[in-house]
Amino acid sequence: MTPLLLRHFTATSCIGRGLAATVESLRTQRSGLEPCAFETVTLETHVGEVAGVDDIRLPSTLERFDCRNNRLAQLGMAQDGFIEVVAACVGRWGPRRVGLFLGTSTSGMLETEIAYRQRDAETGALPASLDYAGTHNSYSLAAFVREVLGTGGPSAVVSSACSSSAKVFGSAQRMIAAGLIDAAVVGGVDSLCLTTLYGFHSLQLVSRQPCKPFDVARDGISIGEAAAFALLERAPDSLDSDAVLLLGVGESSDAYHMSSPHPEGRGARAAMLQALEAAGIGADAIDYINLHGTGTPSNDSAEGKAVAAVFADRDRAVEASSTKGATGHTLGAAGALEAVLCALSLQRGLLPGSAHTREVESPLGFEYLCANRERAIARVLSNSFGFGGSNCALVLGRAR
Amino acid sequence: MLTAYIQGIGLIGPGLPDWPGAARAIAGEEAYMARPTVVPVPEGLPPAERRRIGATVKLAVSVAQQAVCAAGVDPRRLPAVFSSSGADGLICHEICETLASSDRQVSPTRFHNSVHNAAAGYWSLATGATAASTSLCAYDASFGAGLLEALALATVDRTPVMLSAYETPYPEPLLSKRPQPDSFAVAFVLTPAAPPNAHARLTASLCSSAAGADRLSEPQLETLRRAVPAARSLPLLRLLARRESGNVVLDYLDEQCLTVEVSECR
Repeated sequence: MTPLLLRHFTATSCIGRGLAATVESLRTQRSGLEPCAFETVTLETHVGEVAGVDDIRLPSTLERFDCRNNRLAQLGMAQDGFIEVVAACVGRWGPRRVGLFLGTSTSGMLETEIAYRQRDAETGALPASLDYAGTHNSYSLAAFVREVLGTGGPSAVVSSACSSSAKVFGSAQRMIAAGLIDAAVVGGVDSLCLTTLYGFHSLQLVSRQPCKPFDVARDGISIGEAAAFALLERAPDSLDSDAVLLLGVGESSDAYHMSSPHPEGRGARAAMLQALEAAGIGADAIDYINLHGTGTPSNDSAEGKAVAAVFADRDRAVEASSTKGATGHTLGAAGALEAVLCALSLQRGLLPGSAHTREVESPLGFEYLCANRERAIARVLSNSFGFGGSNCALVLGRAR
Repeated sequence: MLTAYIQGIGLIGPGLPDWPGAARAIAGEEAYMARPTVVPVPEGLPPAERRRIGATVKLAVSVAQQAVCAAGVDPRRLPAVFSSSGADGLICHEICETLASSDRQVSPTRFHNSVHNAAAGYWSLATGATAASTSLCAYDASFGAGLLEALALATVDRTPVMLSAYETPYPEPLLSKRPQPDSFAVAFVLTPAAPPNAHARLTASLCSSAAGADRLSEPQLETLRRAVPAARSLPLLRLLARRESGNVVLDYLDEQCLTVEVSECR
């Protein structure tokens, strides 16, 4: 694959609005997971809620898009000058040549969940104020972001559960390689809602405590919310020393079960190998893996086996961790959020330790970091393995 | 340039049971008789899974199986693009009703069947497909988004790919918020190199929507084209059904259309 430049990127999650706050949280190994006090939820669980989302006001011409998810998108886009950088890109290439590919799992569905509590007593009709296309529908996220950022090229939402906003990097890469566009905004936004909280709870996949990925006593996920974006372009000949590149994308399906991963991580292994091959590197070139690491017994076990198999023949065990103990599992936003965390790791030489994890199984076949480590790194792998068996692995790297 | 060959076609819609059964009506060679869409049960799923899947998954997987069967290819290594403006509407309604009630115990099966990528998940279970799949949404532009994604995969990754674009209506009260007359789905198997059984070669590009998309002269089919996102494919299907070469313009995003150049191979 021809490398693409991450011209700019930003992330907002429960560990911070924008890059500076996020880095500070990573440095101090702060977790943003708190007992759930969201909306009318009575479940005993911890969540990664972003503070102040409901105080955000959308531009007045875009009121039809008003919902928690789009407010979080607005908050996210406003960080780190992202809107301005995209505007300059759109000015350079022309709007039609800038694509938009975003991931989400529930979009603005919370609005419909609330509206079902307000149905007309006689007719059962939903309140007139519910704008389905502007909020609930999965594409509303892209429709809204398109208006704010001014992109005018091909647009789509990828909604493949937890791999959604990793897969968008692949869609953008192919569209650029095909010559249809010259740049693309990619990213993901997912926000707390009743469907995912009660739904994952019904599958007994949610922990009561803050999740502890890869811990021997792990017992489930903590749901989080986030907005993360990146601007991708063809890499120019001369790059800044802190430039981050997308080097490889690998995708696969488990074909195993709708809500459990393949026990040996068969699909995960295939996605990782494909990403390495696309990047033209071997497993020995990877300095750090940001694991999918949700904290469920089955995911971490399956992913652990897959990583051990792919990274077996190395002089030095590969360092790896999940950041979901800090941010929670941000579902459709996880791929993009964790890609941004990987970009920060590359730029800062900071390998994040896994918050809340105390004791990992041994031997794992790789070195699971419970504490931060600082060293210059050049190549990282980011895993996102979705519910329903859709897997995606990304290789990111510093320019050499 | 986005180019690929169509190797197999699937179609399920109102009075349109499959491609061979529907082609003459779509070509305008015989009268179109609208009847409620009949959604078949897909092959290859174990009985328990067959019982659990909703109408949307049945439709998306069945139409994909029609295309793959017509193409005569092995689905296991075939990347798949699923595209729809919504997920299972009935399941969504049931979950929202449950969440609005005093007992919020959502059924776990309903929950994992409510996700937008349920069709892709069950497709892989039914066929054993371990190749990559994606699940897209672009609201009314979902067919165009799916076609572009599939063509980009075929062109850039030099791989055959399956596209399944499908729609099923919500029940009330959401139906009033998102009206739709009936279920409709279309599927293609696309390949980058010309296979012996190719229907036609497609080349897609973007254009402004000033001229507007092609319309169908049969009023009920034209209504379908305007009302159901996956049915925006109908002008292309008409050309394919007539076995003619030419250009069609399809509705895509608000300010953009898709131009598809069709070169007949049969």
